[in-house]
Amino acid sequence: MRRGNIIKLVALVLLVAAAVALSIKPLVDPVKGIPLGLDLRGGVHLVLQAEQDKNGTPITSDDIDKAKAIISNRVNDLGVSEPIVQADYDKKRIVVDLAGVTDPDKAVAILKTTAKLTFRNPQGNIVLQGDELKDARAGQDTTKAGGFVVNLTFSSAGTKNFADLTTKYVGQQISIYLDDKLLKNPKVETPILNGQAEIDNYATLEAAANDAVLMRSGSLPVSMSIAEKRQVGASLGIDSLHKSIQAGLYGLIFIFLFMLIFYHLPGVVADFSLIVYGLIVLWAFCLFRVVLTLPGIAGFILTIGMAVDFNIIIYERVKEEIRAGKSLRAGVESGFSRAFVTVIDAHVTTFIAAMTLYTFGTGSIRGFALTLGIGIIASLFTAITFTRLVLRLTVGINPKINTKWFGVRREV
Amino acid sequence: MEKGHAATYDEVQKIHPLYFNIVKKRYWWFGLSLLIIIPGIISLFMQGLNLGIDFKGGTMLDVTFSKAVTQAAITDTMKSVGLEGPVQLSNANTNTLIRTSALEETKRNELLTALETKVGTYDKKALQEDKVGPAMGQELTKNAFYALIIAMGLMIAYITIRFEFVFAISGIIALLHDVLVVVGIFSLFRWEVDSTFVAAILTIFGYSINDTVVIFDRIRENATKMKRTESYEDMVDMSVWQTMRRSINTVMTVLIALLSVFIFGGESTRIFSLAMLIGVFSGAYSSIFNASQILVEIKTHLKKKPRSKAVRA
Repeated sequence: MRRGNIIKLVALVLLVAAAVALSIKPLVDPVKGIPLGLDLRGGVHLVLQAEQDKNGTPITSDDIDKAKAIISNRVNDLGVSEPIVQADYDKKRIVVDLAGVTDPDKAVAILKTTAKLTFRNPQGNIVLQGDELKDARAGQDTTKAGGFVVNLTFSSAGTKNFADLTTKYVGQQISIYLDDKLLKNPKVETPILNGQAEIDNYATLEAAANDAVLMRSGSLPVSMSIAEKRQVGASLGIDSLHKSIQAGLYGLIFIFLFMLIFYHLPGVVADFSLIVYGLIVLWAFCLFRVVLTLPGIAGFILTIGMAVDFNIIIYERVKEEIRAGKSLRAGVESGFSRAFVTVIDAHVTTFIAAMTLYTFGTGSIRGFALTLGIGIIASLFTAITFTRLVLRLTVGINPKINTKWFGVRREV
Repeated sequence: MEKGHAATYDEVQKIHPLYFNIVKKRYWWFGLSLLIIIPGIISLFMQGLNLGIDFKGGTMLDVTFSKAVTQAAITDTMKSVGLEGPVQLSNANTNTLIRTSALEETKRNELLTALETKVGTYDKKALQEDKVGPAMGQELTKNAFYALIIAMGLMIAYITIRFEFVFAISGIIALLHDVLVVVGIFSLFRWEVDSTFVAAILTIFGYSINDTVVIFDRIRENATKMKRTESYEDMVDMSVWQTMRRSINTVMTVLIALLSVFIFGGESTRIFSLAMLIGVFSGAYSSIFNASQILVEIKTHLKKKPRSKAVRA
């Protein structure tokens, strides 16, 4: 029995050590590892509020759906990994999270633009809209060296309309607007029947590409204003990440020492369980794609402090049982079963708080609530399965183990 | 359910070298709490909380310049584009924190360009910007309020089911105490609050009751074994002392965790960790010194009027 327990314990320690060693790489993998929020790697968070036009036309859910699809298109053109675009139909909003975007200013400019492409006659009236566009691509100007253009291709209906238009206004000027920005004011030489048009005079390919994205994705059905914007520079995010990891490490080390000093042998068990706890939580983040934010990390560090609680409740209980004259083994068993009720009652209340926070919170606060919730469940799970097993094995090594190892003074 | 037996009242008094009767001195503890809460409440009514842009709405720009800058240069530049607001310099005057009204994108770009041309170049990768429209701020306040009410309701329900209604009320009073302590201190010292403050308050809400519940759990257990000759007060005092080690040690580990976030975690989580530190400390105090004493107080009053026994769940 004794030898069996020792072997099992050693095997368990090795198993956990191996799990830790094997987990580090996949967990910090930038693509498949724990997803980092924009406050940890830079990026921008936008809440776009749909605005009613001057006539007060109500905004429908359909409008929001369309706007979401268009914004998603534009976001995909930005080349951001794991972008988040969510629609809030009640409040007529679209929430966009772009973590790791390289040029947040450009992203914001592209996302919020309504991008209504219009063709206007010399009197300034809108005669054709960009909805009939099939494609818009940036390219080099073939006629003029060093210039850049956007090539427009109309849909079949658009081709016909455009042909009618250019026929009607031969010899006159037609202006092309993107929202209120005049792009081009060309004179129609001959009717254009093939549905191709070209907007030239772009200074850089990038400027042409930006406008092409906007024209291609179509115009937003409603105009959007920025209700909330959180922008974090990339280097600032990395700095925050390092600081948080440092805070976590220090917290962990001091909690380890604290448990060792106050609880001796069971303290080691508690510290050991804490490692397993941390591993479970981090893997849960990774597998459920929980985006880790700054408040989220704070929440995680907090739960490390709280996860030890279960051990403390049990050890104090075990101490009491031993003082009352029970053997170590009996003390551990009854301590466990009694402390379990206490722990459940105590943690349900914290869990309630985490869930309400999750329901009512927004953005990074939700991340915090989620980490807190996952932390509570994981700490319960670790305690019931792992801590109990290790404690049983340890006590089983020698039933006459010195109770001083458990930090019990038997003077009473 | 019960398997072992815990230390008796006499033993408890011997084990703890610092033993004193907590329940008997309860009016002292209530007094001490009021001493902290009342100035906080007065301050709340007089000057409220120092609300950050998360609540009030506005734009906050954290700009790191490549050279040291002056307050006047920043303020003048802001004026030149028609803006005003407080400016804070830090980090050898290279880091500026600009607060102003919620800016439209064009205005914001205008300001940043003006800063670059008039004040100096800044690190674009270290730029931090928070813009919150006024409507969003109101929503946050409203949601925080709802969340508190709902969390409170759920906790009362849970504790009433698991314990008794009287326990729930005592626990919630102790909780409100903790919230008032934190909010009061933040108001007194004019520390700025942001959305993470809301998260901190709610976490304190959940966590502080956790401490209380562990003591209540012991009272519930001891109450079943109480002999007729023993007084409720002594039983509660014993329960509080039996769980004293646990109460203190748990709080210690959480405080260690929070202190490391406070010291090493950087600027963004400082308000959160500060609020949590105060709250957890206050939570431990109120769990040990207030919650069970309020319970004793209510129970003794109920005993005088036996009809009120119907309250028991």
